[in-house]
Amino acid sequence: MVEEINSLPPALELRGIDKRFGAVHANRDLSFAVAAGTVHGVIGENGAGKSTLMNIIYGFHRADAGEIRVHGKPVEIHSPQDAIAAGIGMVHQHFMLVENFTVLENIVLGVEGGPRLAGGLASARAGLEQLARDYGLDVPLDTVVSELPVGLQQRVEILKALHRGADLLILDEPTAVLTPQEADQLFKMLGRLRAQGKTVILVTHKLREIMAVTDRVTVMRQGAVVAEVATRATSSRDLAEKMVGRAVLLQVEKGPAQPGATLLTVRDLEVTDRLGVPRVKGVSFTLRAGEIVGLAGVAGNGQSELLEALAGIRAPSRGEIVLGGRDLVREGLDPRARRHLGLAHVPEDRLRMGVVTGFSAQDNAILGYHDLPAYQRGGLLNRAAILGGCERKMAAYDVRPPNPHLRIAAFSGGNQQKLVLAREIDSDPRVLLVGQPTRGVDIGAIEFIHQKLVALRDAGKALLLVSVELDEILGLADRILVMNAGEIVGELARAEATEEKIGLMMAGVKGEGRA
Amino acid sequence: MSPPAKLPRWAELGLLPAINLIAALLLSGAIIRLIGESPWAALKLMADGAFGSQESIGYTFYYATNFIFTGLAVAVAYHAGLFNIGAEGQAYIGGLGTGLVCLWLGAWPFWAVLPLAILAGALFGAAWAFIPAWLQARRGSHIVITTIMFNFIASALMTWLLVNVLIRPGQQSPETREFAPNAFMPGLHTLLGKIGIPFTSTPLNLAFLLALAAAALVWVLLWRTRWGYALRVAGRNPAAAVYAGIRPPRVTLGAMLLSGALAGSLGLNELMGSQHRILLDFPGGAGFVGIAVALMGRNQPVGIFLAAVLFGALVQGGSQLSFDMPHVNRDMVVVIQGLVILLCGAMENVFRGPLSRLFAGKTRSPKSEIRNDGGPDA
Repeated sequence: MVEEINSLPPALELRGIDKRFGAVHANRDLSFAVAAGTVHGVIGENGAGKSTLMNIIYGFHRADAGEIRVHGKPVEIHSPQDAIAAGIGMVHQHFMLVENFTVLENIVLGVEGGPRLAGGLASARAGLEQLARDYGLDVPLDTVVSELPVGLQQRVEILKALHRGADLLILDEPTAVLTPQEADQLFKMLGRLRAQGKTVILVTHKLREIMAVTDRVTVMRQGAVVAEVATRATSSRDLAEKMVGRAVLLQVEKGPAQPGATLLTVRDLEVTDRLGVPRVKGVSFTLRAGEIVGLAGVAGNGQSELLEALAGIRAPSRGEIVLGGRDLVREGLDPRARRHLGLAHVPEDRLRMGVVTGFSAQDNAILGYHDLPAYQRGGLLNRAAILGGCERKMAAYDVRPPNPHLRIAAFSGGNQQKLVLAREIDSDPRVLLVGQPTRGVDIGAIEFIHQKLVALRDAGKALLLVSVELDEILGLADRILVMNAGEIVGELARAEATEEKIGLMMAGVKGEGRA
Repeated sequence: MSPPAKLPRWAELGLLPAINLIAALLLSGAIIRLIGESPWAALKLMADGAFGSQESIGYTFYYATNFIFTGLAVAVAYHAGLFNIGAEGQAYIGGLGTGLVCLWLGAWPFWAVLPLAILAGALFGAAWAFIPAWLQARRGSHIVITTIMFNFIASALMTWLLVNVLIRPGQQSPETREFAPNAFMPGLHTLLGKIGIPFTSTPLNLAFLLALAAAALVWVLLWRTRWGYALRVAGRNPAAAVYAGIRPPRVTLGAMLLSGALAGSLGLNELMGSQHRILLDFPGGAGFVGIAVALMGRNQPVGIFLAAVLFGALVQGGSQLSFDMPHVNRDMVVVIQGLVILLCGAMENVFRGPLSRLFAGKTRSPKSEIRNDGGPDA
């Protein structure tokens, strides 16, 4: 079997791919081959150049130099159409589906086979049923996409690529939106694709997935390939070191929690969205000084709405949020007033909410605190104090480059997040709400951010950590709440929590201890 | 709108507008050649007509004063994420306020009339902007549509007032009686004369200095106060504003009030400084030119000043051109002005792509470009 694979030309071969964006050398002379009929992992930190490389393979970007060969033949890929013609399919991290179209309509979109839809749809339906049988990819073809769970939407994306004749599939961070169980199903599916002779490239920053499903793995760092190994011959620790270039702590070092007084009490909180659909349904919990409470759940199960309601961004339709003896809901306090009461918030989506991308670092470092007396002088903004404050935060949180005048968009995700964290922690809050603290953040910065959060806990603050990364919850939280469909379905002490237990709760199986 | 490609600051503020302007002039030159005149001679005539003498400079800056007010009005709204197409109507109604003060209180000394006239102009302009702003903030009615509509309403309202109410008794032309001389804005030549600098008599007046003060005030408000900070946050990223405890609807109201007040100050120059009466359609399109001025000036006060002077020069130089060149009539001048607006405003991104690619080779570009943004040119 192995011999046979090696005798074929590789499904995809990259030779000397090089790409610059201005002074940023995104891809440096990259070369590697992906053997046909294998699952090949590409792993690297954010900013290592993985996405750029995939965008080159899929025709979104042109490489400055280098050659792409498919099944031994050189190909010129100028656009996604060229990539599709060469048998390359891509499943993006953010699905490219028309939500109010049916599955079938989405799949034939762009390959309708003529101006009249009916014929194309009928022949596509036959082909898809065959595909579904071959690969076990069952999807209800006539359901509107928005009604499908995320795992099935991803399946639609895969079917779409296969329908276009892909025999090399690129999956970009495919598990970001899945429960552990759904991820396992995806991996099984990838196994079947491999068994049928398809080739899969799995792009991820999660070591566990690489170890679970790939045959070989290419490790990228700073735009270059730093290692290429057979998965069997390596380990998570080894890969992590190669990714970062030094030994890393995969596990956060922290002592046992010393929970003190209750700082925040949430009672029977209900949040409805604009359409009146309840997103958070009667949630109650407490946060105590000196503990990190993790809120686990698949993205989209009400965690975001809960977090925003606590922060004052969304108005709950019912319930109480009590901080320091005051009911924030009844008083209708806005985020600014809540900050003054000691409730700080690191939002889930940094670029959408946490920073203003067109602003400099120093202007971002006062967002939400711009009316503090420390930043005013004689009715005007005290630019010197703002600049000094930003320099101090950048030094304390190792933000690089430490240039307060630089636009925030020019910083890496990790450095942006460090600045946001610095801003929120600098106000000396009693309670810190943290959403996805390490999303889009490189491993080095993850370590740093986790240490800061633990230090804040040890300083007697209460933290609510919302994360879709189970590893992060398990690594940081002292107590874990699991959300499903807007309800807290279970609560686990860290000691009794396992990935499997949490995974089942995330899928909606009720836990012990809570109704 | 997708985020524009990044350029170094000097290229963004200097080089790109210059390239756009040159392209517009080349195109205009081609058209002038087509109708049988010499482009070079035309350019010289225009430049001479705009800057060649004290008189032409006075006129150029007199026109520029209107454009500074309206350009600032558009820019303030822009920084709050709003596209105020209604500066024309706000200027019209604001001028009514200024004009009424001058008509009623013209007997008062100038130093008493001036602050009241400024206040009335600002209040009337702000009030006219407030209605679309309120509809946007509280009802979600799109401000582009409502401000356009309010231009028409302003126009109809003013016509009615001038024809039926304010018209000077016993005359046909729909305009008010002349203001009392106490309510005339002193000409700049008078002011300069007082400090011993001789200057030809032109319509250029004290309102020019008021416009410069307004530009400075806008700069301080937007970049040096927490109010301006909140306004710019809400304009750039409403979600981040909510997160920061800033209320975008309130910003919308505040920004549009200031925008309307700025536009409403046009009457100080046009009515108090030059016409000395309220008459039909005195803003004369300055509200729309303000959009181009703000775009070309990158919504920065200094840029707006420069762009306003350019457009003032186009108006003044253009009338000189149509005067001196037999084949170039007033409509041709409007075509040239239109080309400048088109190239510098609406199509300002045409040269941005190639230029930023040129720079991408030399200067550092933000790291964010590495990330997967999807599009081929992302």
